[in-house]
Amino acid sequence: MDNTRRKFLKLAGLTAAAGVAAPVLGSKALASSAPAAHGEPAAHGGGHHEEAPTGVRHGLVIDTGKFHDNPGLAEKCQKVCHDYHNVPKFNNGKDEIKWIWTEKFANVFPEHSHYKKDDRISSMNILALCNHCDSPPCVRACPTKATFKNKEGAVMMDFHRCIGCRFCMAACPYGARSFNWRSPRGSEDGKPFIEKYNPLFPSRMRGVVEKCSLCAWRTKQGKEPLCVEEANKGVEGAMVFGDLNDPNSDVSMTLRKRFTIQRKPSLGTKPSIFYII
Amino acid sequence: MVDKVLKGNGLYWGWLTLLLMVMGAGAVAYLVQFNYGLGATGMSRDVTWGIYISQFTFLVGVAAGGLMLVLPYYLHDYKSFGRITLLGEFMAIAAVAMCLMFIIADLGQPMRAMNVILHPTPNSMLFYDMIVLNGYLFLNVLCGFVVLSSEYRGVKYPNWVKPFIYISIPWAISIHTVTAFLYCGLPGRHFWLTAVLAPRFLASAFAAGPALLMVIALIMKRTANFDVGETAKNKLVTIIGYAAIINFFLLGCEVFVGYYSNIPGHMHTLDYLFFGLVDHSTGVMHNNLVPFMRASVAMGILGICMLFISRRQKSDAMLATSCILIFVAFWIDKGLGLVLGGFVPTPMEHVVEYTPTVVELTVTAGVWSTGFFILTLLYKMVVAVKRDSEATLKIS
Repeated sequence: MDNTRRKFLKLAGLTAAAGVAAPVLGSKALASSAPAAHGEPAAHGGGHHEEAPTGVRHGLVIDTGKFHDNPGLAEKCQKVCHDYHNVPKFNNGKDEIKWIWTEKFANVFPEHSHYKKDDRISSMNILALCNHCDSPPCVRACPTKATFKNKEGAVMMDFHRCIGCRFCMAACPYGARSFNWRSPRGSEDGKPFIEKYNPLFPSRMRGVVEKCSLCAWRTKQGKEPLCVEEANKGVEGAMVFGDLNDPNSDVSMTLRKRFTIQRKPSLGTKPSIFYII
Repeated sequence: MVDKVLKGNGLYWGWLTLLLMVMGAGAVAYLVQFNYGLGATGMSRDVTWGIYISQFTFLVGVAAGGLMLVLPYYLHDYKSFGRITLLGEFMAIAAVAMCLMFIIADLGQPMRAMNVILHPTPNSMLFYDMIVLNGYLFLNVLCGFVVLSSEYRGVKYPNWVKPFIYISIPWAISIHTVTAFLYCGLPGRHFWLTAVLAPRFLASAFAAGPALLMVIALIMKRTANFDVGETAKNKLVTIIGYAAIINFFLLGCEVFVGYYSNIPGHMHTLDYLFFGLVDHSTGVMHNNLVPFMRASVAMGILGICMLFISRRQKSDAMLATSCILIFVAFWIDKGLGLVLGGFVPTPMEHVVEYTPTVVELTVTAGVWSTGFFILTLLYKMVVAVKRDSEATLKIS
């Protein structure tokens, strides 16, 4: 939508500058932008109204209420993800690596947090993961393209290219990235950091950054991410996954029907993870 | 010309031996870190850059500060800086060398460092930092050595080097601007997200760089009988003093914006640095940088006052003390507070503190020693050549 509008403005500007009357060109451009532009304001200062103009953009809606009513469900999602992806456990905050985890409302949504929250919100444990931003600051910061957006809009890591400068970690406003401060393949007191190694997914080496990949390896096969599958096994609709650019996808339908919020929308990162509170 | 570094007194060799020992310790510590991973440092998931990157940031400033010694001589034909201009250029070489070493020390996969060139990424500020830092190193090595060797041969430097000298002047500004852009372009890190970051970096650099040079010059006056001259010192005092004042003015602007606007995100890090910050989820107060930051402000202001008084009283001891105060004040401000403070609170508004480990501090000491080792050899050469050429002038 933005794109066509910008094109139209450019075109209008050019024709005006050339001193040529613009009605023909102008009205054509206007006509082509009109259907896409219905009723939506231009993207200013973030919010929900941004979209990638074309292609697939995977996104996720998390129904925090369903997780709240089913204690333990969020932890199950974390376990299935971390087990499959060989995410190591170091048992200390300094070396910690996590792809998906829970935090209090005030920590996940510091900008939405307010005085005198209701008891339900205050006691909620909310899932946090990479937001797979449409405009990701981490990708902008990476000096080697080791972190990049794939065709489905997921922010990915190339573990073999990452030089471990951690610029992406400073750039991420959501604390979604972890670093291998030491080898995850090692062990301490006879206990390996990766409890049960999954040969289907590579473990990482020390000195590289890692994060949630929105299960790109699964979504390419038409499957849902592991956490989504696990959540919906517990409660139907606890997580909805799909193409945000497809108006008929489950995720788009949910977003039209329900009021959702995003993490730090004012930063203009355009997160693809939405929360029903 | 290079052979000059091989002739020196006991003090010279003792100093070099001391530096070599610390460099050796640093190398051993780096091997420990290389084999274990960056977990050997105090950095964590929440404070992902530590003392390496903060030293890097500060030293880019020292390198850029060389500009203040080069510019008056080459652009304004300020002859009194004849003895210190080369010192400024060579200080920049040593400082940039340290910067590059700190970057390598900070990489999780140092063997892949060349990926920055193999996969150039123009949207990353680190890509430009790589270009400007290496470019500045090249320019200073080229200009410094050509000018010095001309002097050694008793001729004026050739004209072809002039364009490189002129380019090196805005280039010095660029290295510190791009380094500030590494930080101030990141959304969600409120302390860094300020348009005055690059100006403040430059102001503190133009004070800290010349202050270090002044201290070294005063030491060389005693140990090497090499006096840069009263006029040059007076000019340097003016430069250091005003740059330091501008830095504090800009810091004051930050404090005003943070506390008058009363926006929590703008106040958090300032609170953390100067008063301590409570983690709301645990109720624990975190304030390990507070004594340093308060000392930094006190030392900076005291240093500025003493700096101007020292000139009135013509006291070299007081001048040296004031420059050390200013240098240390800005080292704390930029070499500790700026980088470490930026990570507090975390994006999830937890407060996690960082304490460097022994391994990390030893590597840091090793890099600084390497820098001073390079600096000593270069200055040894400059002093010897200058003395020879000035002696020749006197005879003729």
